[in-house]
Amino acid sequence: MNAEFGRFAAQAATPAAGAPLAVRGLTHRFGELTAIDGLDLEAPAGAVLGLVGPSGCGKSTLLELIAGLREPSEGAIEVGGASAAGERLAHCAFMPQRDLLLPWLSAVDNAALALRNRGARRGAARAEAGRLFERFGLAGFERARPAELSGGMRQRVAFLRTLVAGKPLLALDEPFASLDAITRAEMQAWLAAALARDPRTVVLVSHDVEEALYLADRVAVLSARPGRVVEELSAPAPRAADRDAAVTDPAFVAARERAMAALHRGSR
Amino acid sequence: MHGKLAKWVLPVLVLAALIGLWQILASTGALAGLLGLESFLVPSPAEIASALWDNRSLLAENAWVTLKEILLGFAIGLALGLAFAVLLRLSTTLRHAFYPLLIASQAVPILVFAPILVIWLGFGIWVKVAIVALVCFFPIAVATLDGLRRVDPEATKMMRSLDAGRRQLLWRVEMPSALPALFSGARIAAVFAPIGAVFGEWAGADSGLGHMILLDNGQLETAREFAAASLLVALALALFGLIALAERRVVDWR
Repeated sequence: MNAEFGRFAAQAATPAAGAPLAVRGLTHRFGELTAIDGLDLEAPAGAVLGLVGPSGCGKSTLLELIAGLREPSEGAIEVGGASAAGERLAHCAFMPQRDLLLPWLSAVDNAALALRNRGARRGAARAEAGRLFERFGLAGFERARPAELSGGMRQRVAFLRTLVAGKPLLALDEPFASLDAITRAEMQAWLAAALARDPRTVVLVSHDVEEALYLADRVAVLSARPGRVVEELSAPAPRAADRDAAVTDPAFVAARERAMAALHRGSR
Repeated sequence: MHGKLAKWVLPVLVLAALIGLWQILASTGALAGLLGLESFLVPSPAEIASALWDNRSLLAENAWVTLKEILLGFAIGLALGLAFAVLLRLSTTLRHAFYPLLIASQAVPILVFAPILVIWLGFGIWVKVAIVALVCFFPIAVATLDGLRRVDPEATKMMRSLDAGRRQLLWRVEMPSALPALFSGARIAAVFAPIGAVFGEWAGADSGLGHMILLDNGQLETAREFAAASLLVALALALFGLIALAERRVVDWR
């Protein structure tokens, strides 16, 4: 198995471009309750893996397990060959559902949090995180407080904060769930472009099938609790720059219907 | 504009009306008559104001003593309360050992120990400082600890994932989140601090506004007693206002 991971790692252009993820026989219980039951998943380095499922299927728990924020009851999770929770934590950056920007810090200081946590001086951390602001459509808002930013901008800063951590795997928990439909569609296209420029392995949890199919290379449809994989779909086409064209493509529509059918099967 | 008017002007008008009513009732002797007292025992606001002016250097001297007790005690109570809250946040064992005691201690009327503290620490300034520090310590420690505990668990996960250690989590997330709670504890402490100082002075002192109030009471110098008391009120309000001002400067993201 390690030889296989080695091959994936060799394919990656740079260490930051991603690390392969493998989940084997994963079971997680909260006391008597089994949240996840015998789950297998895999993603090569630099791939985007979408996870969709009904609410309460353990998507968020799965993401926290992958990100090293929890230890599973049974089974193994490997990120770039690292399997202990502490090591996974070092390889993954977790982006929670709400942006959770710290309201007392400026946008750039929020984005630079990981650098500061690792001991970088404030000026150096600001300079490094600030360099990305222009590219991410946030130029001029470096010193703004989160309360002064729009929902979409806050989400961009939150993503930037996750990216600046420089980790090979990004664990995104419904990153755009709190946004209105138009902003959400814009942010999806924006994220696709951001990942094209700065590839990482991404695990994207979403309750929105369309979002997952548009952003991910592969989508795993999970069942209601206890969570298992009902079906895995390949994305119909490579992430296109034009989101509107992509989601109306017949192949995309067919994939969406298959995913919806799988969701219904899994919810029963 | 109407909101601002209602917020500031109306309370001032009510206060002015009450003082005016007191002035009329006291100067006509109606209030003294009602209480069955000699009229010199029930001073009017005008008499209190002139007592305030006539005794200004004496009052200032004693107010300075009390102010020192309040500020020193408050600063010590704040520092200790903050340190204690952080310590209990960081150590589960200490929290389990001390938190129930901390909560229970809120029901202890600390002021009744003032005479004992005078026996232990003598008649100097430090016994008053100790009492003020004690009455300030508990509300600040409890409020800060509660503030530290109310941090969003999702924010903790996010910080761990961004390589934060325990210390970074405390200083970058928990302490700033706890600041509003810390300030509300400090406001409560600011209300208790002058009471603590006065009780300390009553237990044994040769200066201070509390000492003056006690002395004037014995000599039926009611106008000067009111003057000293109103200075004490002014000190308490100033401290409260200072804390509110500091909160607006420090907690500037709300």
